[in-house]
Amino acid sequence: MNGKKMNHTVKLLSVLACLALILAWGLPEATAQAKLKVGIIHIGSINDAGYNQAHSEGVQIMKKNLPNVEVIQVENVPEGADAERVMENMIKQGAQLIIPASFGYLDPALRVAKKYPDVKFVHPGGYKLAPNLGTYWASTPDAFYLMGIAAGKTTKTNKAGYVVALPISFFLANINAFHLGARSVNPKMETRVVFMGTFLDAPKEATATNALLDQGVDVLGVIVDSPITVVQAAEKRGAYSVGYHYLGVQKFAPKGWVSGIAFTWGELYTRFAKQVMDNTWKSEALLGNLASDFLTVAPFGPAVPPDAIKLVNETKQEFINGKKNAYQGPIKDNKGVERVKAGEFWPLTNIGRMDWLVEGVIGQPK
Amino acid sequence: MAFFRNRRMAGLIRFVGLFALALMIFAAVLLVFGKNPIRAYWDIFSATLGSSYGISEVLVRMIPLILTALAVALPSRIWLINVGGEGQLFIGALFATWGAVNFTNLPAWLLLPSIGILGFLGGGLWGAISGFMRVRGWASETISTLLMNYVAILLVNFFVFGPWKDPESANYPQSAPFPDAAILPSFFGTRIHLGAVLAIVGLILFYFVLSRTRWGLEMRAIGVNQEAARRNGISTSRYIILLMLIGGGMAGLAGMGEVSAIHGQLRPSLSPGLGYTGFLISWMAGGHPIGIVAAAFLLSVITSGGDILQMTHRIPAAGVHILMALILFVVLARRGGKPR
Repeated sequence: MNGKKMNHTVKLLSVLACLALILAWGLPEATAQAKLKVGIIHIGSINDAGYNQAHSEGVQIMKKNLPNVEVIQVENVPEGADAERVMENMIKQGAQLIIPASFGYLDPALRVAKKYPDVKFVHPGGYKLAPNLGTYWASTPDAFYLMGIAAGKTTKTNKAGYVVALPISFFLANINAFHLGARSVNPKMETRVVFMGTFLDAPKEATATNALLDQGVDVLGVIVDSPITVVQAAEKRGAYSVGYHYLGVQKFAPKGWVSGIAFTWGELYTRFAKQVMDNTWKSEALLGNLASDFLTVAPFGPAVPPDAIKLVNETKQEFINGKKNAYQGPIKDNKGVERVKAGEFWPLTNIGRMDWLVEGVIGQPK
Repeated sequence: MAFFRNRRMAGLIRFVGLFALALMIFAAVLLVFGKNPIRAYWDIFSATLGSSYGISEVLVRMIPLILTALAVALPSRIWLINVGGEGQLFIGALFATWGAVNFTNLPAWLLLPSIGILGFLGGGLWGAISGFMRVRGWASETISTLLMNYVAILLVNFFVFGPWKDPESANYPQSAPFPDAAILPSFFGTRIHLGAVLAIVGLILFYFVLSRTRWGLEMRAIGVNQEAARRNGISTSRYIILLMLIGGGMAGLAGMGEVSAIHGQLRPSLSPGLGYTGFLISWMAGGHPIGIVAAAFLLSVITSGGDILQMTHRIPAAGVHILMALILFVVLARRGGKPR
């Protein structure tokens, strides 16, 4: 070893020593013990004014309701290897309740749930359960039917457009319900659907919105994670828009706002947290509806005629009282096949198997 | 070989220096936002390397990164720039999935090697197409590999949205789950899977072939002077296609490992940019096997640690992306655009 090298070694050692000192100074101090830690994972940004922000506000409200609950929040977690690691890290930090807030987190969550039977999981929209993993969601077709009524009464061109992430059953069901609602008040109504293939792609959404507007559509609806792009593009060109997911979308389209369907998870998350704290939590597949406090019809915009608002409110009551079904037969799909016979209806419990679009909807369901 | 040792030492110093610079800039960013950078780095460190679970997760992430880095490093020996690791990974996963969901009755000892070979072939085929186009003078491999990434992802989407969609998953775009026999075994109750062995074997072969065989010598000759190599009777065309094939195959194996051991079914969200990160790693490492391991290790720690920053310091996800981008900038600035 020559002198130069020795010199290097000494330098390296002193640098390491300094580093060790600095690290020791930065050691985390013990934090006060919270009564319950809740971990929530988001697929996208919590400021998307959409799917993720609705969940994020839910836990914020829960925190306000229950001051001794602590929230660990991680956003932009891809579905797959990362999701499992984030959940495990949350558990290692003491999380007792995990909300894996994206559909694709279901299988990763089930794997982690199996490994940690004492930790509770609640998954939005999942179709499988585990002893310590329950699911929750609100059945949205009735609400979409109401949006259809409002849109059908507001439109001037009798054409609505929907920008939708994927042709999955639940989304097809929503569009069908919207269209049936619109048709119930406006027989000339036509609904055009464009599928994005992904939950978040702002340029693509803008292109699709403008293409729909060019085709004469004047009411835009949206089923992607962040409704901002579509709603803003519609507003810019003087079209109407129907929101989804988050209550605060209206501010992006004050003039053309029709109404929206919002998930208001705050009280539900509060109940989950309370149940976990007093050991009354049970794994179940919870499916809410218009009567639930977590599915909200957003306030109406200035463009909606008063008789439409009245009709929406009346129809909402009919849904809640069980006097009405969104998919009342006869219903044909847009290829002419009869899907629901006259006098029958498609039950909401079976929308997971809906793989067709109703007559009058222009789009490919597959 | 004093030349080699010096190069390695210089490489190591460069590597550490670049990394430290990026960390320091990010520390300044954290300070600006009122966060304690030392605490942040400490939390990353303790959550990833302070427990056996943390270490195991770093290793899980390193498996595909080493393979996708090899996919870049191998062709780079003869100055080929393979930006297609992501696409090759997707096609590898696609081929592996085809095997897994169609031959569900095969026993594991037969099915696992089969999907491994399929994964390699899928990625290899995807890489070789670009190699072939380069040999024919149709398209630069840099451009074609990059563009074929998009084709590959769309192809996977086509299958999971269409013919391979699992009817049991509410029309959600994902393939049927793999049968148990098609899931790579994991070790020690962690998620470290058999792909780790593939990555290690790949690294050793990479090193051995390059430094100890005639092929390595010929590749070096091509790398130094293609024209001279050609005149000395070395078939550069054959090397171009072969290295793109084997490189692509490495990325394909990464895809096979992810889809089989981590996801257990094919999904559009198969890879959070593993192929591109592999490219970054190979560049940072200058194509050296030990450098690849070190760079893969560091980037794995950062990605795993990124979640921790969000959990304990309320730093948004964008914060970690800043760190990643800083590392990339510093690396690119220092390397001056040289591919190895």
